[in-house]
Amino acid sequence: MTVLLDLEGVAAYYGAIQALNGIDIQVMEGEIVTLIGANGAGKSTTLMTICGSPQARSGRIMYAGEDITNRPTHQIMRMGISQSPEGRRIFPRMTVLENLQMGAAFGDPAHFDADLEEVFSLFPRLKERIAQRGGTLSGGEQQMLAIGRALMSRPRLLLLDEPSLGIAPMLVRQIFAAIKEINAAKGVTILLVEQNAFHALRLAHRGYVLVNGAIQMSGTGSELLARPEIRAAYLEGGAV
Amino acid sequence: MAEIDYIAQAKESAIAALVGLALTVPIVGLRTDSSGPDGMTIDVRMLDAVLLAIGIGVGHFMVNLARGLLQQRRRAAKPAIARAANLKSVAYFLGAGALVFGLVLPGLPFADRYVMDVGTLVLTYVMLGWGLNIVVGLAGLLDLGYVAFYAVGAYSYALIASHFGWSFWVCLPLAGAFAAFFGIILGFPVLRLRGDYLAIVTLGFGEIIRVILLNWYDFTGGPDGMSRIPRPDFFGLPFARSSPDGATFHEFFGLEFSSMHRIIFLYYLIFALALLTNVFTLRIRRLPVGRAWEALREDEIACRSLGVNPTNTKLTAFAIGAMFGGFAGAFFATRQGFISPESFTFIESAVILAIVVLGGMGSQIGVVLAAILLIGGTEIFRDLAEYRMLAFGAAMVAIMVWKPRGLLSNREPTVRLGPKPGAGS
Repeated sequence: MTVLLDLEGVAAYYGAIQALNGIDIQVMEGEIVTLIGANGAGKSTTLMTICGSPQARSGRIMYAGEDITNRPTHQIMRMGISQSPEGRRIFPRMTVLENLQMGAAFGDPAHFDADLEEVFSLFPRLKERIAQRGGTLSGGEQQMLAIGRALMSRPRLLLLDEPSLGIAPMLVRQIFAAIKEINAAKGVTILLVEQNAFHALRLAHRGYVLVNGAIQMSGTGSELLARPEIRAAYLEGGAV
Repeated sequence: MAEIDYIAQAKESAIAALVGLALTVPIVGLRTDSSGPDGMTIDVRMLDAVLLAIGIGVGHFMVNLARGLLQQRRRAAKPAIARAANLKSVAYFLGAGALVFGLVLPGLPFADRYVMDVGTLVLTYVMLGWGLNIVVGLAGLLDLGYVAFYAVGAYSYALIASHFGWSFWVCLPLAGAFAAFFGIILGFPVLRLRGDYLAIVTLGFGEIIRVILLNWYDFTGGPDGMSRIPRPDFFGLPFARSSPDGATFHEFFGLEFSSMHRIIFLYYLIFALALLTNVFTLRIRRLPVGRAWEALREDEIACRSLGVNPTNTKLTAFAIGAMFGGFAGAFFATRQGFISPESFTFIESAVILAIVVLGGMGSQIGVVLAAILLIGGTEIFRDLAEYRMLAFGAAMVAIMVWKPRGLLSNREPTVRLGPKPGAGS
């Protein structure tokens, strides 16, 4: 297996505040890697730093053998990296179809129809809602749309930021099943940021635990799930 | 749902008719007549009184029935999607109607010089509104200095046409190009700003252009403005009684000379330019760049995460909006024959922006309605003199109260696949 994404000692700041404290993460081609941690640990910041917003102040980010540390966001996002951002951020006044078209804005128009069909087979609900405005969808449907939109550019690496946030448990299960299918059927590498550690670790091949902007622990999903400190810190309560 | 109780209503109407009869009998039924030979006589016209009373009853019944039906309809609230489809067809018919009306207006009997002038003025603002709509309505960039590009277009045309003597058709694209160029110059440094900040900078830019025009006396004539700007000709045929070089418009077509020819030509010219702006906008909305404008208006962060370069995308919107402003400016210069910085004050930017906002941001037909209302309306209220601006303000307040998102605020999707909305579940 080759390394697709490699973060080495990445530090990132919001103004004067340090959000990432020199983290190392490796994502292999074809893997699902999850990043778990509490609120404010730096999970979303890690994803945003990979996308170049904010740019890493020190350290290095390599993607598919290329150094992308100092590239502008829009260039990084055209290199086969795709993101479903935190809070979904779909275009509320545009229809489902238009949202998906925006996802394919820089792809080859020749395979647009095929990609659209794939997204619809993954999320049949979106097909039913095709002419509806994004803002009128339910939270779960919006999340499906955000993931679908990110898939429209045929990514090699898909970054998912809290896909379960604020979504009914039944839909969460559907969305996680879809993530698994994206990875298994299409071979898309996935870096998943989650608060729902139980679901995320069960799904992922490997996981990293982020505490206060630093990696505290890493291991395979089942390893991490079995560790008592993880259970105590992230799985207490309703997860089982 | 409550059914309408016809019998009760009929009874009520019958009572109304009886009350009416009690009144019509003395008022209409008995009439004194003193013109006859034997003094005053009383004329009895009972039939009229009864007919009137019946009329009252029937009228009462109809009004009640209409009111009941209206209520019933309102109670059966239509789903939003059906209302949107309804609005869409309304907008469609309005658009088609306005197009036909605009085309035949010069041929209508009441279309005298005044009507044509007002029509031309309204169309100029429609075009400006459509141009600004690209920037404000589609790309969501609040531009308070749009008049600057209008001014750049007007002065470019005036300067090029009077110095080089080139024809209108050569100068027009040049004026547009200059305006677009200024759009890029302004856009580069300021487009990283958002919302209020962008608005303030564009406001300042509009004023800077005006102040430069006012003070650069050698080049622009300063406050004296520029006069004797070449008038447009009909593809080489001038609109004049006679011309030293070659045929004039009326000679060529064998018409009686009339000063109306040029007025009507100018009207159709701005009609065509405005239509060009509209068709361009409708087309580009379906292209990736147009869709990116709208997406940028919705969510800039999401756009960047999809690989959209926000700076370039905003810059194209700014430049293209400016270009259409420049076209309109060139037209303004050639129509007036005289321009001065007076014509390009902030209030112009405000009026154009008001047209876009009141029309419903991004709505093409809404801009037309708002331009007719605001520009045509103020023309019609010219007799009110100092109350004119009051009426203008009242109209704006009224629209904002009843239609806070503009006259026609429904955004039309650019593509449709599968079942039409309203047809499915």
